[in-house]
Amino acid sequence: MLKITNLHASIEGTPILRGINLEVKPGEVHAIMGPNGSGKSTLASVLAGREEYEVTEGSVLFKGKDLLDLSPEDRAREGVFLAFQYPVEIPGVSSTNFLRTAVNQVREYRGQEPLDAVKFLSLMKEKMKLVEIDQKLLSRSLNEGFSGGEKKRNEIFQMAILEPTLSILDETDSGLDIDALKIVSNGVNELKSKDNATIVVTHYQRLLDYIVPDFVHVLYQGRIVKSGTKELALELEEKGYDWIKEEVAGTAV
Amino acid sequence: MTTSTKNAVSITDAFLEIGKNLPQSNWNSALRKEGISLLSAQGLPASKVEEYKFTPVAKKIQDTLSNLSHAPASSNVVAEKVDEHRIPGLDSHVVVFNNGSYDATLSAFDSSEVTVTSFGDMPTDSLEKTLGKIAPAGKDPFIALNQLAIESGVWIEIATGTALKKPVLILQFVEGSLQGQSVHQRSYIQIGKNAAATLIEKVVSLDDTPYFLNGVTEINVGENSQVAFYRLQDESKFAIEVNNTEVNVPRDATFSSAVISLQGLMIRNNLSINLLDSNSLGNMYGLYLLNGHSHVDNHTNVDHTKPHAESNELYKGILADHSRGVFNGKIFVRQDAQKTNAFQQNNNILLSEDAVINTKPQLEIWADDVKCSHGCTTGQLDEEALFYLRSRGISKESSRGMLLYAFAGEVLEKITNENFREYCVGLVQERLGSNHI
Ligand SMILES: Nc1ncnc2c1ncn2[C@@H]1O[C@H](COP(=O)(O)OP(=O)(O)OP(=O)(O)O)[C@@H](O)[C@H]1O
Ligand SMILES: [Mg+2]
Repeated sequence: MLKITNLHASIEGTPILRGINLEVKPGEVHAIMGPNGSGKSTLASVLAGREEYEVTEGSVLFKGKDLLDLSPEDRAREGVFLAFQYPVEIPGVSSTNFLRTAVNQVREYRGQEPLDAVKFLSLMKEKMKLVEIDQKLLSRSLNEGFSGGEKKRNEIFQMAILEPTLSILDETDSGLDIDALKIVSNGVNELKSKDNATIVVTHYQRLLDYIVPDFVHVLYQGRIVKSGTKELALELEEKGYDWIKEEVAGTAV
Repeated sequence: MTTSTKNAVSITDAFLEIGKNLPQSNWNSALRKEGISLLSAQGLPASKVEEYKFTPVAKKIQDTLSNLSHAPASSNVVAEKVDEHRIPGLDSHVVVFNNGSYDATLSAFDSSEVTVTSFGDMPTDSLEKTLGKIAPAGKDPFIALNQLAIESGVWIEIATGTALKKPVLILQFVEGSLQGQSVHQRSYIQIGKNAAATLIEKVVSLDDTPYFLNGVTEINVGENSQVAFYRLQDESKFAIEVNNTEVNVPRDATFSSAVISLQGLMIRNNLSINLLDSNSLGNMYGLYLLNGHSHVDNHTNVDHTKPHAESNELYKGILADHSRGVFNGKIFVRQDAQKTNAFQQNNNILLSEDAVINTKPQLEIWADDVKCSHGCTTGQLDEEALFYLRSRGISKESSRGMLLYAFAGEVLEKITNENFREYCVGLVQERLGSNHI
C-alpha cells in the first residue's frame, strides 16, 4: 500500500529526513517512536503533502501512485489521513460545513454521488457515537476553544467520517486521560480492516496496549534506526533511547 | 455645457465654472453660494492634504473623466431595472434615484410609513434651518462641492412613533455619458421619535462609463429610535465615489451602519456619527473586498459628547491584486463624556504583495473615566489552516474561500435584516469562491 524509499526532506534548507525506508501493507499497524525532534511529525507532514517541506531525494508510492506528485487534497481523496499532533483552530468555519464539504469533495473525486443534508447528518450521528464526541462541540467553529483532548477526539471523528485507507496518527494519545485514550483507541480499532493500514506516532507504550502494532520503528535523526515487533516498544519504555543513540553513534564511527 | 479636464484648468476650477453657470432656485441659492466660496478658498484636496493623502480623488477624476458636467437622467432607468435590483425575497419600500435626481414614478412606498419630498417642493425656510447643519460644508471639500452643485435632492421622513414594517430600499442608479459624468446626490433623512427603521442604499452602475458620484446624506435620528443604515457599493470598475454621511444620534437612540464595498475604481466613504446625548449608541461596520485596481477608503468619526454613550466599530478588508484599502477611525471623547464605551477594530488580509492597506486609529480622549479599546491587524491567509482543510480533501480554492468567508462573515453577521444579509452573503461567497456546499 505504502512504499517509502530513501526519503530525504528538508525545511528552509535544513535536512530533517535523511533516508527513510518503510513499507506498509494493507491490514498492518506500524508504530513510529523516537526522541523529540527526530523527524516523526516531519515524516507525517511530508506524506500529507505539506508544501513547506522540500523532498530532496527518494520516492513514496501509495497504492502504486507517486504520492509526492499529488496535491494535499488529492492525497486525502486517495485515502491518506493525517491526525495532526497540533490541530489548528479555525474560527468562523463551522465544523459541520467543513466536514460536509470534505466528504462531498472526496466522494466527487471517487465518482460517488454527494451526500444530501439528511444522509450526511445520519453519517455524522453514527460516527459521533463511535468516538463519543458531543454534538455541542460540532456546532462550534472548527476546533475553536476545544481542549487538547477534544481536538484529538475531533481528529479521530474526522477520520471515521472520511474512512481513509492509510491513517497516520501523530501523537493522538499525548495528553489524553485514560478514558479518552480508550475511546480514541476503540474508535481506531473499529475502523481497522484488512484493507486499510495505520501508522501511529507515539511516545508512550500505553497506547500500544490498545492499538497493537505489527511493527515498531525507531526514528532518530531523520532515519529509521531500528525496527522490531511490539516487544521493542516495551524495551524502549523500560530503557529509554540512550542505548539506541549509542548504537547509532557506534555504527557511525 | 462641456468642460474639458485635459487642459490646464484645474479640477476645482472646472467644478466652480460649472457651479456658477447652473440655474438657481430659491431653496438652493444660499447653499450654492456657500459651496462656491468655500471651494474657491480651499479647493479640492491635493495629495498633500492629510485627510486625503492616500486617496487622491481629484487626481483620479482628472485622469479618468472627460466631462465633469452633471450627468442627465438616464433613459435606462426603467421599471424592469428597478425590479432587477431589488433585494431578492425582500419586501421593501423603494426610493429610486436616477443620476442623483429622485424618480417619483419608479419609487414605490407606503406613504403612511414613509414620505419622500423633493427639496424643491418644501418650504424654503425649513430647508434653510436643516440642510448643511448636520453635515456642514466647511467640514469636507466634497460637501462644499455637493452644495455648489446642488440641483435637487429629497427629504425622506419616517414619522414619530412609526416602526417600519419593511425596510426602505434606496436605489441609486448612476450612468455617466457624453453629456456629463458627475452626479451630486443629496438626501436628508429625518427619523421621528420612538421610531424604528432600516434603510438600505444600493449604488448601481448602469454601465462601465466612468462617473463621479458625490453624495451627501444627513440623517437626523429621533430620541429613543432605532435606525439601521446599510450601504452596498458593488459598482463598475470605473466608478469614482465620495460620500459623506453624517448622523445625529440623540438620547436613547441607536444608529447602526454597515458599508459593504465590493467594487469601484476609487471610493471614499466619510461616515460621522455624533452621539449627542446619554444612552445613545453608534455601530459602524464595514467590509471591503478589493481586487484589480480598486481603492476603497473608509474614514469614520464618532463623537462622544455626553456620558454613558457607546460606540462599536468593526471594519474588515480582504485585498487582492493591486488594490488599496484605507481605514481611518476617529474616536472623539469629550470632557463631559464620562463612562463612555468605545470599541474599534480593523482587520485586514492581504492576498497579494502588491495590495496595500493603510490603517490608522485616531483616539482623542478628554474624559478620564472611559473604556476605550482599539486594534488593527494586517496579515496573510493562514497557511496552516489552509493545509488543514486541504488535508481533509477540500480543494485549495474551496479552502481559501472558506477561510476568507470565515473572516468576512463576522461583519455580515452584524446586518440584522435577514434578506439583505443573505443577499450580501451570496455576493461575498461568490466573490470568494466559497459557495461550494
Ligand atoms: N521551520 C523549521 N525550520 C527549521 N527546523 C525545523 C522547522 N520545523 C521543524 N524543524 C526541526 O525539524 C526537526 C524535526 O521536527 P519534528 O516536528 O518532525 O519532530 P518530532 O519527531 O515530531 O518531535 P516531537 O516528538 O517533539 O513531536 C526538529 O529538530 C525541529 O526543530
Ligand atoms: Mg511531532
